[in-house]
Amino acid sequence: MIQPTQSSRRILLPVKPWFIFVSLLAALFLNVVPLGRFAAMPDWVALVLLFWCIHQPSKVGMWTAFVFGLLMDVADASVMGQHTLAYVILAFGAGGLSRRILWFPLLQQALHVLPILLGTQVIMLLIRLAVGGDFPGFVWFLGSFIGAALWYPLTYLLLLPQFRPMEHDETRPI
Amino acid sequence: MISTVGHSPPPFFKRGPAPFVRLFFFVSLSFVLLVADLRFHTLEAARQAVAIVLWPMQRIAAIPVEIGLDMREYFTSLYALKIENDRLRYRELTTANRLLRQGHLEEENHRLRALLDMRERQAAEGHVAEILYAARDPFTRKIIIDKGSGAGIEAGQPVIDELGVIGQVTRTYPLTSEVTLLTDKNQAIPIEVQRSGLRAVLTGAGAGAMELRFLAANADVQTGDILVTSGLDGIYLPGLPVAKVVNIDRNNLSAFARIDCAPIAGVEHHGEVLILGKRIAPPLPPETEPVLAKPVKKTKTRKMP
Repeated sequence: MIQPTQSSRRILLPVKPWFIFVSLLAALFLNVVPLGRFAAMPDWVALVLLFWCIHQPSKVGMWTAFVFGLLMDVADASVMGQHTLAYVILAFGAGGLSRRILWFPLLQQALHVLPILLGTQVIMLLIRLAVGGDFPGFVWFLGSFIGAALWYPLTYLLLLPQFRPMEHDETRPI
Repeated sequence: MISTVGHSPPPFFKRGPAPFVRLFFFVSLSFVLLVADLRFHTLEAARQAVAIVLWPMQRIAAIPVEIGLDMREYFTSLYALKIENDRLRYRELTTANRLLRQGHLEEENHRLRALLDMRERQAAEGHVAEILYAARDPFTRKIIIDKGSGAGIEAGQPVIDELGVIGQVTRTYPLTSEVTLLTDKNQAIPIEVQRSGLRAVLTGAGAGAMELRFLAANADVQTGDILVTSGLDGIYLPGLPVAKVVNIDRNNLSAFARIDCAPIAGVEHHGEVLILGKRIAPPLPPETEPVLAKPVKKTKTRKMP
């Protein structure tokens, strides 16, 4: 599949479904590492989910978002439905915007990613405040900014298995 | 020309329902989950099942953090350990007086109660558990401990540490349980001011603070007062230290004083805790007025299972 990015015109190999699954599981794993009350931790599951919804909208969509939202609800010991709702809306937005976002270079992609991540957090905040939760402070929103800043290394890391070896063959047409 | 009246051309690619339809489906499903969990509490079985699947992953994820903490402990300097040792020995010595006489006092209390024909005080028993980690959910104050329903823990049991009450078990899994800390916004505990005997309800205010609500502006509370459990709720044993009054704002405009408290126990620190056994609640007093439709509410804590 040709990635229509301007910065890289490399042709990517097709993605392997098991790699998508493993990367999402790894994100879930990172989310359950008990680091205490470090509020500004980015939500890794949301970030990786967003990445695949943008890069593979036909493979990863609202179903995956719903299932991983459910897992996060239990892992977080939070209200059932909080993460599912937020992730499903994230997957919908990312799937719709994927064709547009992929035309931009990575820095501007990160600028698209930031409001989507912030929106996800705002949805969760609204749900929890509506049912009588405690406001976690504005530091919590810092997680989205860190997540957006990690877009460049994340793209490189998750596309790594799809890169072909660089071969300089003068006779090949592309 | 092919007539297409009543027909739409077959789609080239099978793509399932439209995105908006799928969004509507999943959003409504999420709302069903929200309502079922919050309003009817019917999802506990599903939560338990998913929690068992997630359990190995959570344990493995905790290993590096535990190793890190162990390493730090290992490299703690001899000097720091010596200071801690001295401090503990000093504390043991200062409390020895009370501890040594406790057996004697308990026996005396038992005899006097028998003499006065009073009900026996329930002895405290408990399980020691270790705090695994603080729950990641930033909207609540909860910790996860390493004893679950497999060890006989039930929701509703009080949890204390060596200094005082830290919270209450609110949900049990087979191998772990979830303790809601007293500083959680939805947690309340009936207390008594130790100095004056004034009874009130202490509620969490989030971020490591607590608040004494609905006390009159001229209530007999002073900064520095120790608040202990009153035992009226039938959950906490009476006399356990809970909090200390740190600030009182007797505003003339409001009928109530604003009283800020700080927990005495290490509510937000890691370590070991003691889960007290469930108290057998005293029977309700007989209702005097049969016209009352609603029975008198027995407990004051909002987080009763």
